[in-house]
Amino acid sequence: MLEQYIGAGIMLLVATAIACGMVLLTSILGPKHQFPDKMEPFECGESQLVSPRQRFSVKFYLVAVLFVLFDIEAVFFFPWAILFQRLGVFGLVEMFLFILILGVGLAYVWIRGGLDWE
Amino acid sequence: MEHIPSPTVDLVSLAPVLVLSVFAMMVLLVDLYVKRDKTLVIFISLVGLLMTAISAFAKFDLPVHSFNDSYVVDELSVFFIMIFTLSSALAILLSIDYNKREGIRMGEYYSLILLCTVGMILLASSTDMIMIFLGIEIVSICLYVLAGIRRSDPKSNEAALKYFLLGAFATGFLLYGMTLVYGATGTTKLGLIAELIREEQIASKPLMLMGIVLLIIGFGFKVASVPFHMWAPDVYHGAPTPVTAFMAVGPKAAAFAAFFRVFAEAMPVLSPSWESLLCIVAVLSMFIGNVGAIMQTNIKRLLAYSSVSHVGYILIAVIAKNSLGSSSLVFYMLAYAFMIFGAFGIVILIGRKENEMLEIADYSGLAYKHPLMAISMSVFLLSLGGMPPLAGFVAKFYIFSAAIKEGFVTLVVLAVLNSVISFYYYLKVIVYMYMKEPEGEFQISLAPMTVFVVVIAMVGTAGLGIFPDPILYFTQH
Amino acid sequence: MELLIFYPIGTLCVFLALGVVLNKSPIGSAMCLIGMMLGLAAVFAIQHAHFIAILQVIIYAGAIMVLFMFVIMLLNLKGDDTVWKTREGNTLLTGLGAVLVVGILYKMTEITGGGEFDSPTPIQETFGTTVKVGTTLFTDFVLPFEVASILLLAAMIGAVVLAKSKMDD
Repeated sequence: MLEQYIGAGIMLLVATAIACGMVLLTSILGPKHQFPDKMEPFECGESQLVSPRQRFSVKFYLVAVLFVLFDIEAVFFFPWAILFQRLGVFGLVEMFLFILILGVGLAYVWIRGGLDWE
Repeated sequence: MEHIPSPTVDLVSLAPVLVLSVFAMMVLLVDLYVKRDKTLVIFISLVGLLMTAISAFAKFDLPVHSFNDSYVVDELSVFFIMIFTLSSALAILLSIDYNKREGIRMGEYYSLILLCTVGMILLASSTDMIMIFLGIEIVSICLYVLAGIRRSDPKSNEAALKYFLLGAFATGFLLYGMTLVYGATGTTKLGLIAELIREEQIASKPLMLMGIVLLIIGFGFKVASVPFHMWAPDVYHGAPTPVTAFMAVGPKAAAFAAFFRVFAEAMPVLSPSWESLLCIVAVLSMFIGNVGAIMQTNIKRLLAYSSVSHVGYILIAVIAKNSLGSSSLVFYMLAYAFMIFGAFGIVILIGRKENEMLEIADYSGLAYKHPLMAISMSVFLLSLGGMPPLAGFVAKFYIFSAAIKEGFVTLVVLAVLNSVISFYYYLKVIVYMYMKEPEGEFQISLAPMTVFVVVIAMVGTAGLGIFPDPILYFTQH
Repeated sequence: MELLIFYPIGTLCVFLALGVVLNKSPIGSAMCLIGMMLGLAAVFAIQHAHFIAILQVIIYAGAIMVLFMFVIMLLNLKGDDTVWKTREGNTLLTGLGAVLVVGILYKMTEITGGGEFDSPTPIQETFGTTVKVGTTLFTDFVLPFEVASILLLAAMIGAVVLAKSKMDD
């Protein structure tokens, strides 16, 4: 039963090994001078102007929520795409209706200005 | 690459859902292009609700099962669709003047009410737990937003947030219950579950029992029964008044329809295991609802607690689980719709722009200034209490007789006792209206649509009480 | 063999879930949550529910965690605010809560322990694959599939109504 996961397991192991190895190697091989500028958070070579701990605008929230909604919509496409040929016309009509309803939602969000930044 | 056979699709059964969804989307899009005057939007919404009510009769030879036994058109669902469309139409009519007064100008308000109604129809017509879940979610999401639609009002925000947090939590319980029942039976179809239970082919009884308990918690929250009622007073208080009335009727009726389908229709054989639990919930709802209502000074909170106690009475119909139980359930919901919309209609009429006049003390001396309004309010309140010959009395009578038929005498005695207690706080409001001196000025502008709703509610409350036979005949056949 | 993989992952998930609750900083909690979601995905994969495992990664570990992160950033936590503030413990309530939890757990073990569980039915080879899930979704469950789009539509309207920063009307 589990043979099918061997490939994925090996990939996971190799990926972890590479990531950990890199961190380990730099800490062993890299030079270890420390001076104030090096300890600064990197911002295009300039010292930072404002604290990065700023309040995010609430606009991001709307974008994030809409992203989640369309993400869920997109998930339904995976099985549909795989079965597209076998479902025939019925599948096409089904998905068309699904998209149509969400298309109305998109049109609403768009015209209402949900996608505008200002 | 073999072809997958297409399932049979029965669009005629689905007609009410289709019609209303199309109208909801139409309202949504039309609203984007009308700026100030929402008359067109309201008109389309009302036409949509009317068409939906008509399309509910598209099927003959009921019951018709479709979509692989996950959707049903039967007498119960048709009658419930009538209640839903009626309550949504009344809610929209109530909103017209209220929204103008309170400055709620978002047209989404109306499309959300329509979408919520779509969810309610699905909830009442589904015989598949997945569909029930989706229906509950559609209804809940619309209600969370409607409760918080007055974005600049902290009370409205509080209502939306509380409702959302607790509601999402309760949905979790409901879903978990459904999963356990699915685990025990291997199917989500209520028909199949009923069959498996009858033939004692449940894979695991313990899983089933735990599933049932979780389902009771989930549904118990959605209908606001004790001990899952904590949200109700705050949400009812904070939401715009027409939304409160809407919430107290339509979604509650829909949740009860699903409640009835899951418990009384799919699991009657297992009733020894859920009956006692529901009895406790029902009795607690009646007592705590009534005691809570006695202590309120705010009319919206009073009606919220009274609705909790009404949930207790309605649960008796689910516990009775016979055909009389289902017909008394729909009759009660219909009568309740008229009474609640009438009472909230008066609450809206008495309020004015700066002061919504929600304290019971604000009603002092109403009878001297506006006798007709005081009389109507008294009729609605007395009907809620169950005074003959009004609708509330007949509704309670039928629920109690359904329960007596199944031998739940103690339960009915407790319920009658509670009806008596409930008169205390209904009469308190009436005493204020008739026996106290007016405290301030009433500035009542008789908004035509709100008055219209009150008149309809009045006709319904009195009519159902005096001539219940035609409707009762309809519910039983 | 499956148990050999399940137990470590399961234990890890439980600890990460505890980490979500006990972590001092919100960001730390969110990180633990991501880890737990990934662990759950692995559990689903072991149970042959491949499609669900993918969904777990895409929707929960991906989209929903992005939302969580945004909310944490929206709250603008500075300095000592980055540590959760807990309410003063009320011994009586805590005690009652503990009694309740113990009672529920006891009753649950009593119910489940007393009953008989049938041995799990062997599942088909195709169980849980995207093809199988899709076939069921697009034939038997075509109605829930379409209704899901109405649910998403309602959620979209709700998001705009409640979260859009400037509503002209």
